[in-house]
Amino acid sequence: MQGLIGKKVGMTSVFNEDGKSIPCTVLEVGPCVVSQVKTVEKDGYSALQLSFDDKKEKASNKAEIGHFKQAGTGPKRKIAEFVGFEEGKYKRGDVITVDLFNDDTYLDVRGWTKGKGFQGVIKRHGFGGVGGTTHGQHNRLRAPGSMGASSWPSRVMPGMRMAGQKGGKQQETELMIVKIFPESNLLLVKGAVPGPKGGYVIITK
Amino acid sequence: MDLMKVVEKEFASGVEFPKFRAGDTVTVHYKIKEGNKERIQQYRGVVIQRSGAGMTATFTVRKMSGNIGVERIFPVTSPFIDKVEVNKYGKVRRARIFYLRNLTGKKARIKEKIF
Repeated sequence: MQGLIGKKVGMTSVFNEDGKSIPCTVLEVGPCVVSQVKTVEKDGYSALQLSFDDKKEKASNKAEIGHFKQAGTGPKRKIAEFVGFEEGKYKRGDVITVDLFNDDTYLDVRGWTKGKGFQGVIKRHGFGGVGGTTHGQHNRLRAPGSMGASSWPSRVMPGMRMAGQKGGKQQETELMIVKIFPESNLLLVKGAVPGPKGGYVIITK
Repeated sequence: MDLMKVVEKEFASGVEFPKFRAGDTVTVHYKIKEGNKERIQQYRGVVIQRSGAGMTATFTVRKMSGNIGVERIFPVTSPFIDKVEVNKYGKVRRARIFYLRNLTGKKARIKEKIF
Protein backbone atom coordinates (compact mmCIF):
# COMPACT_ATOMS: atom_id res chain seq x y z
CA MET A 1 0.00 0.00 0.00
CA GLN A 2 1.67 3.16 -1.17
CA GLY A 3 0.89 6.08 1.04
CA LEU A 4 1.92 9.08 3.05
CA ILE A 5 1.61 10.47 6.56
CA GLY A 6 -0.58 13.52 7.14
CA LYS A 7 -2.23 15.68 9.72
CA LYS A 8 -5.84 16.74 10.04
CA VAL A 9 -6.21 20.51 9.68
CA GLY A 10 -9.97 20.91 9.95
CA MET A 11 -13.27 20.71 8.15
CA THR A 12 -15.03 23.06 5.77
CA SER A 13 -17.46 22.83 2.88
CA VAL A 14 -17.06 23.79 -0.75
CA PHE A 15 -19.43 24.06 -3.70
CA ASN A 16 -18.84 21.81 -6.70
CA GLU A 17 -19.66 22.53 -10.36
CA ASP A 18 -23.30 21.49 -9.89
CA GLY A 19 -23.64 23.99 -7.07
CA LYS A 20 -23.88 21.29 -4.43
CA SER A 21 -22.23 21.85 -1.08
CA ILE A 22 -19.72 19.12 -0.22
CA PRO A 23 -18.46 18.60 3.32
CA CYS A 24 -14.67 18.40 3.15
CA THR A 25 -11.73 17.67 5.40
CA VAL A 26 -8.46 19.51 4.89
CA LEU A 27 -5.37 17.34 5.40
CA GLU A 28 -1.78 18.47 5.47
CA VAL A 29 0.03 15.65 3.70
CA GLY A 30 3.78 15.38 3.59
CA PRO A 31 6.37 16.18 2.47
CA CYS A 32 7.53 12.85 3.90
CA VAL A 33 11.19 11.94 4.08
CA VAL A 34 12.31 8.37 3.44
CA SER A 35 14.15 7.71 6.69
CA GLN A 36 14.91 4.05 6.04
CA VAL A 37 14.64 1.55 3.19
CA LYS A 38 13.95 -2.00 4.33
CA THR A 39 15.02 -4.78 1.98
CA VAL A 40 14.36 -8.49 1.80
CA GLU A 41 18.07 -9.34 2.14
CA LYS A 42 18.58 -7.29 5.27
CA ASP A 43 15.23 -7.11 7.04
CA GLY A 44 13.31 -10.04 5.58
CA TYR A 45 10.72 -7.85 3.88
CA SER A 46 10.60 -4.84 1.63
CA ALA A 47 9.20 -1.54 2.89
CA LEU A 48 9.77 2.19 3.10
CA GLN A 49 9.93 3.98 6.41
CA LEU A 50 8.53 7.51 6.00
CA SER A 51 8.71 10.32 8.52
CA PHE A 52 6.70 13.51 8.84
CA ASP A 53 6.42 16.67 10.92
CA ASP A 54 9.53 18.40 12.26
CA LYS A 55 10.48 18.06 15.89
CA LYS A 56 12.98 20.07 17.91
CA GLU A 57 16.35 18.48 18.43
CA LYS A 58 16.01 19.42 22.10
CA ALA A 59 12.98 17.14 22.34
CA SER A 60 14.68 14.15 20.69
CA ASN A 61 17.11 11.61 22.01
CA LYS A 62 20.46 10.78 20.44
CA ALA A 63 19.17 7.61 18.82
CA GLU A 64 16.47 9.55 16.97
CA ILE A 65 18.82 12.31 15.89
CA GLY A 66 21.32 9.73 14.63
CA HIS A 67 18.67 7.80 12.76
CA PHE A 68 17.42 10.87 10.93
CA LYS A 69 20.94 12.14 10.32
CA GLN A 70 21.50 9.15 8.05
CA ALA A 71 18.61 10.40 5.94
CA GLY A 72 20.00 13.92 5.99
CA THR A 73 17.12 15.54 7.87
CA GLY A 74 16.28 16.70 11.37
CA PRO A 75 14.22 14.58 13.75
CA LYS A 76 10.55 14.00 12.94
CA ARG A 77 7.52 13.38 15.10
CA LYS A 78 5.72 10.66 13.19
CA ILE A 79 7.17 7.57 11.57
CA ALA A 80 5.28 4.94 9.60
CA GLU A 81 6.17 2.04 7.38
CA PHE A 82 4.64 1.46 3.96
CA VAL A 83 4.91 -1.63 1.83
CA GLY A 84 4.09 -1.57 -1.87
CA PHE A 85 6.40 1.16 -3.04
CA GLU A 86 8.41 0.17 -6.08
CA GLU A 87 11.69 -1.35 -4.98
CA GLY A 88 14.77 0.72 -5.75
CA LYS A 89 12.75 3.75 -6.79
CA TYR A 90 13.34 5.65 -3.56
CA LYS A 91 16.48 5.81 -1.50
CA ARG A 92 17.12 7.09 2.01
CA GLY A 93 16.72 10.87 2.22
CA ASP A 94 14.27 11.19 -0.70
CA VAL A 95 11.22 13.38 -0.22
CA ILE A 96 7.76 12.19 -1.29
CA THR A 97 5.07 14.83 -1.64
CA VAL A 98 1.30 14.83 -2.06
CA ASP A 99 1.82 14.55 -5.84
CA LEU A 100 1.88 10.79 -5.23
CA PHE A 101 -1.94 10.86 -5.29
CA ASN A 102 -2.29 12.85 -8.53
CA ASP A 103 -3.81 9.95 -10.50
CA ASP A 104 -6.16 8.70 -7.78
CA THR A 105 -9.85 9.28 -7.12
CA TYR A 106 -10.31 7.43 -3.84
CA LEU A 107 -7.97 7.11 -0.89
CA ASP A 108 -7.99 5.20 2.37
CA VAL A 109 -7.51 7.50 5.33
CA ARG A 110 -6.66 5.92 8.65
CA GLY A 111 -6.76 7.92 11.86
CA TRP A 112 -6.87 7.49 15.61
CA THR A 113 -10.38 8.25 16.85
CA LYS A 114 -11.07 10.52 19.78
CA GLY A 115 -11.18 8.58 23.04
CA LYS A 116 -14.60 8.59 24.68
CA GLY A 117 -13.76 6.47 27.74
CA PHE A 118 -15.89 3.65 29.14
CA GLN A 119 -19.32 4.03 27.58
CA GLY A 120 -22.59 2.16 27.84
CA VAL A 121 -24.27 0.25 25.04
CA ILE A 122 -26.45 3.15 23.92
CA LYS A 123 -23.55 5.44 23.04
CA ARG A 124 -21.14 2.64 22.08
CA HIS A 125 -23.35 0.42 19.92
CA GLY A 126 -26.43 2.53 19.28
CA PHE A 127 -28.83 0.42 21.37
CA GLY A 128 -32.29 1.84 21.83
CA GLY A 129 -32.50 1.51 25.58
CA VAL A 130 -35.60 0.45 27.46
CA GLY A 131 -38.82 1.65 25.87
CA GLY A 132 -40.63 3.88 28.33
CA THR A 133 -39.96 5.85 31.44
CA THR A 134 -43.40 5.18 32.88
CA HIS A 135 -45.35 2.02 33.94
CA GLY A 136 -43.23 1.53 37.03
CA GLN A 137 -39.91 1.64 35.18
CA HIS A 138 -37.42 3.34 37.46
CA ASN A 139 -33.73 2.53 36.94
CA ARG A 140 -33.09 0.42 33.80
CA LEU A 141 -33.49 3.12 31.16
CA ARG A 142 -30.10 2.70 29.46
CA ALA A 143 -29.58 -1.01 30.21
CA PRO A 144 -28.63 -3.48 27.43
CA GLY A 145 -31.60 -5.79 28.05
CA SER A 146 -31.46 -9.53 27.47
CA MET A 147 -28.09 -11.15 26.76
CA GLY A 148 -29.40 -14.37 25.31
CA ALA A 149 -31.46 -17.51 25.93
CA SER A 150 -31.70 -19.60 29.11
CA SER A 151 -30.69 -23.22 29.80
CA TRP A 152 -29.33 -23.45 26.31
CA PRO A 153 -26.65 -22.19 25.91
CA SER A 154 -26.31 -21.34 29.63
CA ARG A 155 -23.67 -18.81 28.70
CA VAL A 156 -23.28 -15.51 26.89
CA MET A 157 -22.38 -15.93 23.24
CA PRO A 158 -18.97 -14.58 22.22
CA GLY A 159 -19.06 -11.17 20.54
CA MET A 160 -22.10 -9.98 22.52
CA ARG A 161 -22.06 -6.20 22.37
CA MET A 162 -21.59 -4.72 25.82
CA ALA A 163 -20.37 -1.57 27.54
CA GLY A 164 -16.67 -0.77 27.31
CA GLN A 165 -14.01 1.52 25.91
CA LYS A 166 -15.24 3.66 23.01
CA GLY A 167 -12.86 5.48 20.71
CA GLY A 168 -9.11 5.88 20.98
CA LYS A 169 -8.47 3.22 18.38
CA GLN A 170 -7.58 3.17 14.73
CA GLN A 171 -10.26 3.52 12.13
CA GLU A 172 -10.10 3.66 8.36
CA THR A 173 -12.42 5.28 5.85
CA GLU A 174 -12.43 5.44 2.08
CA LEU A 175 -12.78 9.02 0.86
CA MET A 176 -12.91 10.79 -2.48
CA ILE A 177 -10.29 13.38 -3.41
CA VAL A 178 -11.82 16.81 -4.07
CA LYS A 179 -8.65 18.74 -4.77
CA ILE A 180 -4.89 18.60 -4.28
CA PHE A 181 -2.83 21.69 -3.45
CA PRO A 182 0.76 20.74 -4.33
CA GLU A 183 2.35 24.08 -3.34
CA SER A 184 0.96 24.07 0.18
CA ASN A 185 1.01 20.25 0.62
CA LEU A 186 -2.74 20.12 1.20
CA LEU A 187 -5.27 17.48 0.31
CA LEU A 188 -9.01 18.08 0.29
CA VAL A 189 -11.15 14.96 0.73
CA LYS A 190 -14.89 14.56 0.82
CA GLY A 191 -16.26 13.57 4.21
CA ALA A 192 -15.03 13.24 7.75
CA VAL A 193 -11.72 11.79 8.92
CA PRO A 194 -11.34 10.02 12.29
CA GLY A 195 -9.52 11.90 15.01
CA PRO A 196 -9.09 15.41 16.34
CA LYS A 197 -7.69 18.45 14.54
CA GLY A 198 -3.92 18.12 14.50
CA GLY A 199 -4.18 14.34 14.76
CA TYR A 200 -2.01 12.19 12.52
CA VAL A 201 -3.51 10.21 9.66
CA ILE A 202 -2.09 7.55 7.38
CA ILE A 203 -3.23 7.97 3.79
CA THR A 204 -2.88 5.02 1.42
CA LYS A 205 -4.06 4.47 -2.13
CA MET B 1 -5.71 28.14 10.62
CA ASP B 2 -3.57 29.52 7.81
CA LEU B 3 -3.86 26.28 5.90
CA MET B 4 -7.66 26.52 6.01
CA LYS B 5 -7.42 29.95 4.41
CA VAL B 6 -5.49 28.50 1.46
CA VAL B 7 -8.44 26.24 0.73
CA GLU B 8 -11.02 28.95 1.29
CA LYS B 9 -9.22 31.32 -1.06
CA GLU B 10 -9.22 28.70 -3.81
CA PHE B 11 -12.97 28.10 -3.59
CA ALA B 12 -14.08 31.69 -2.95
CA SER B 13 -17.07 32.63 -5.11
CA GLY B 14 -15.71 36.13 -5.72
CA VAL B 15 -19.11 37.76 -5.24
CA GLU B 16 -18.72 40.87 -3.12
CA PHE B 17 -21.54 41.60 -0.72
CA PRO B 18 -22.49 44.96 0.69
CA LYS B 19 -22.18 45.13 4.46
CA PHE B 20 -25.37 44.09 6.24
CA ARG B 21 -26.38 42.64 9.57
CA ALA B 22 -29.43 41.45 11.51
CA GLY B 23 -32.37 43.81 11.21
CA ASP B 24 -31.52 45.00 7.71
CA THR B 25 -33.90 44.47 4.82
CA VAL B 26 -32.19 42.87 1.84
CA THR B 27 -33.12 41.58 -1.60
CA VAL B 28 -31.28 38.41 -2.60
CA HIS B 29 -31.05 37.78 -6.33
CA TYR B 30 -30.98 34.02 -6.55
CA LYS B 31 -30.30 32.02 -9.70
CA ILE B 32 -32.76 29.21 -10.35
CA LYS B 33 -32.18 26.47 -12.91
CA GLU B 34 -35.24 25.16 -14.73
CA GLY B 35 -34.16 22.52 -17.21
CA ASN B 36 -31.60 24.33 -19.35
CA LYS B 37 -32.92 27.79 -18.61
CA GLU B 38 -31.66 29.93 -15.80
CA ARG B 39 -33.64 32.77 -14.31
CA ILE B 40 -33.14 35.07 -11.37
CA GLN B 41 -35.58 35.12 -8.49
CA GLN B 42 -35.71 37.98 -6.05
CA TYR B 43 -36.26 37.25 -2.40
CA ARG B 44 -36.78 40.24 -0.15
CA GLY B 45 -36.97 40.12 3.62
CA VAL B 46 -35.39 40.95 6.95
CA VAL B 47 -32.05 39.40 7.90
CA ILE B 48 -32.62 37.71 11.25
CA GLN B 49 -29.17 36.26 11.75
CA ARG B 50 -25.71 35.87 10.29
CA SER B 51 -23.86 32.78 11.40
CA GLY B 52 -20.64 30.92 10.79
CA ALA B 53 -17.37 32.13 9.38
CA GLY B 54 -15.34 31.67 6.22
CA MET B 55 -16.64 29.17 3.69
CA THR B 56 -19.50 27.96 5.87
CA ALA B 57 -20.98 31.37 6.74
CA THR B 58 -24.72 31.76 6.19
CA PHE B 59 -27.43 34.35 6.67
CA THR B 60 -31.14 33.84 7.28
CA VAL B 61 -33.74 36.04 5.60
CA ARG B 62 -37.32 36.12 6.90
CA LYS B 63 -40.27 37.46 4.99
CA MET B 64 -44.03 37.34 5.38
CA SER B 65 -45.61 35.57 2.45
CA GLY B 66 -49.23 36.53 2.90
CA ASN B 67 -49.89 35.45 6.46
CA ILE B 68 -47.18 32.86 6.70
CA GLY B 69 -43.63 33.60 7.72
CA VAL B 70 -40.97 32.17 5.40
CA GLU B 71 -37.33 31.84 6.32
CA ARG B 72 -34.55 31.01 3.92
CA ILE B 73 -30.94 30.29 4.78
CA PHE B 74 -28.39 31.38 2.19
CA PRO B 75 -24.76 30.25 2.29
CA VAL B 76 -22.60 33.32 1.73
CA THR B 77 -20.36 31.46 -0.72
CA SER B 78 -23.22 29.92 -2.70
CA PRO B 79 -22.61 30.07 -6.47
CA PHE B 80 -26.34 30.66 -7.02
CA ILE B 81 -26.38 34.09 -5.40
CA ASP B 82 -26.17 36.68 -8.16
CA LYS B 83 -26.09 39.70 -5.88
CA VAL B 84 -27.43 41.04 -2.61
CA GLU B 85 -29.03 44.46 -2.36
CA VAL B 86 -29.54 46.27 0.93
CA ASN B 87 -32.87 48.12 0.91
CA LYS B 88 -33.02 49.35 4.47
CA TYR B 89 -30.73 49.45 7.48
CA GLY B 90 -32.65 48.50 10.62
CA LYS B 91 -31.99 49.58 14.17
CA VAL B 92 -31.94 46.51 16.41
CA ARG B 93 -30.18 45.78 19.67
CA ARG B 94 -29.17 42.18 19.15
CA ALA B 95 -27.29 40.11 16.57
CA ARG B 96 -30.02 37.45 16.26
CA ILE B 97 -33.53 38.83 16.23
CA PHE B 98 -35.54 35.65 16.67
CA TYR B 99 -38.14 37.58 18.69
CA LEU B 100 -39.41 38.78 15.32
CA ARG B 101 -40.94 35.34 14.77
CA ASN B 102 -43.48 35.92 17.52
CA LEU B 103 -44.49 39.35 16.31
CA THR B 104 -46.94 40.23 13.57
CA GLY B 105 -48.50 43.33 12.08
CA LYS B 106 -47.46 46.69 13.44
CA LYS B 107 -45.33 45.17 16.19
CA ALA B 108 -43.10 43.42 13.65
CA ARG B 109 -41.81 46.69 12.27
CA ILE B 110 -38.15 47.58 12.67
CA LYS B 111 -37.05 51.17 13.11
CA GLU B 112 -34.82 52.44 10.35
CA LYS B 113 -31.29 53.39 11.25
CA ILE B 114 -30.47 56.99 10.45
CA PHE B 115 -26.81 57.70 9.93
